[in-house]
Parts: sequence; C-alpha cells; structure tokens
Amino acid sequence: MIRVNEKPVVFRKGTKLKDLVAAIKPGADVFILNGYPVSQETLVLDNDECWLLKRGDVPDASEMEHLLYSRHTPGVQEKIKGSTVGIMGLGGLGSVVAVALARVGVGTLLLADYDVVEPSNLNRQQYFIAQVGLKKTQAMQANLAQVNPYVRVETFDGELSEENIPLVFGDVDVLVECFDQAEMKAKALRTALLHLPGKGYVGASGMAGFGENNLITTKKIFPNVFVVGDHKAEAKPGQGLMAPRVGIAANHQANQVLRILLE
Amino acid sequence: MEIIVNGENKNIDSGTSVEGYLKTLDINLETVVLECDGGILKRDEYPVRILKEGSVLEVIRFIGGG
Repeated sequence: MIRVNEKPVVFRKGTKLKDLVAAIKPGADVFILNGYPVSQETLVLDNDECWLLKRGDVPDASEMEHLLYSRHTPGVQEKIKGSTVGIMGLGGLGSVVAVALARVGVGTLLLADYDVVEPSNLNRQQYFIAQVGLKKTQAMQANLAQVNPYVRVETFDGELSEENIPLVFGDVDVLVECFDQAEMKAKALRTALLHLPGKGYVGASGMAGFGENNLITTKKIFPNVFVVGDHKAEAKPGQGLMAPRVGIAANHQANQVLRILLE
Repeated sequence: MEIIVNGENKNIDSGTSVEGYLKTLDINLETVVLECDGGILKRDEYPVRILKEGSVLEVIRFIGGG
C-alpha cells in the first residue's frame, strides 16, 4: 500500500509515479516522493507517500492543509500538530520564529507582546507597511492566518513579568524567549528555571550587526534549556539589529523548538 | 578561599556574598541568571547568599538585542 495525495492506493510492483497520474491527478507535472521532488519515472515502493501536483493549480480547501506539508519530512507535522509553543516577544526574533513554526505546522502558538508595529521594526520583523500602528499580537495573528490558517493562534497582549510568565505559559510544551532587553532575557530564564522546571526553553543572546554567520551557535545550558547567539554582539549605538543575522538566530531557535518537540 | 566560577578557580575573601563577588567583576546583576552549588538563585538571594570554600557558581550572562 502507498499513499497518493493522502489517499491509500494499492499498487502493482513496477508502478512508476507517472502511471498514477491518469487515475489520481490528470495533468500532474510535479512529483513529490516522501517529501522530495523526483522524476515521474521513479518507481514506487511499499509505504511510500506520494504527491502528484499540477503547477499553478489552486487546491480546494479540503486539499490545502495536506498540501502545505507535502515537502515536509514525512511524519513531522502529525507529531507536532498536538504541540503548543509560547513565544515571548514578537520583534526581530519572535516574529521570525512565529512564521517558521506556523509554516511547519505547530498546532498552537501562544504569542505575547505589549507593543505596536513601528516603521523602525520593518528592517527585520515580519510585518508590513500597512500594519504600522497595529498591535504586534494582532498583526502577527493576521499574518500567520495568511501563512497557515490551520495553526491555532492565541495572544497575550501585555507586559510579561516574573509573576505572570508561569501563569501565561504554564501549559506550553516549549517556551521561546525573544525579548530585546537583556534584563528581560535574564528574568525570563530565571523564572522558567524556578517556576516551570523541565519545560523546553530556547532563549537568545547576541545577534546584532553583521558579524560572522558561524559565531551564532545553539548551546544547551541545562537539560531541555538552550541559548542561541554569539553571546557577544550586543545591540547598542553603532551596532544595530538587521534582518539577516537576527534571522539566523531566530531560525536557530525555531529549529531547536522543532528538535525538542520531535525528541 | 577558592571558589569555581564558570569552571575556573577564583580566589575570594571569605564571607563574600554572591552579589558582592559579581560587583567586583563589574557585571550588571539584572542581566544574569545564577546557579550556585546546583540550585538556581532567586533575585533576592544575591545579596544574602554567602559563598563558601569550594562553592560552584555558574554565571549565565545576557546581552541585549532581538
């Protein structure tokens, strides 16, 4: 048995992907086998997951959710669909982490920020000119609905503190620290270690400027607790924050979240 | 007396508090997370926790940007 466009299909030995086109997706010209694009001449084997797609086709609503994950490593989305990830701060790190985790299909995202979108954010944060002045929680919720409407998005619009972090994020599987200020980064980690023991946690420290790519690393500092960054490049006068390097750090964080969820 | 800070041996005066020691390093206390002898310190413990001979202190420092 194989699965073709999510439907179970019985196949004969020697069947190639092109042999399935007429019955399942007439006119298909894109062939994806177990998450990877292949030639139509590829033979199928038992338990294969196949997608036959037509370039430029707009799928109907019932197909869309499955198609969003057709390039995933098989099985990934099923495993993370039941997960909840909390994101503290929706700036240069948090907005990028939110978009990456929505694309990959984390079931629920809990987004927290107190601020509004400002023009100075757009050099690195995942918002649009027309969203200047909107609450970041509201703007990001709208953007994620465009990216992947099958992700549940909850928001907390307010300032986070040592008192409310355990209450707001008590039920998440992984907590991602995406604050700008060093004081808040320290406060959040201390709170998580003291009051949310054992919870997956991914923080960040040091990603300003345009220094070397490879100085940004992901360090495990406690079981299930990680900090991403170069630990040196501080945002300060003369050294700003820009999309490329903040994005490197944010995607380190998003991938570490995925690794914790898939462990 | 000797303590171990982030894996390195350091000499300090006996009776020094965690806060007193960090101030000698010119570290902003609000930007660190501290683990002392296997336990995470609450913020209000910094001035009252006295380091002992052989204490193991881990200092996790954060810098701004995000």
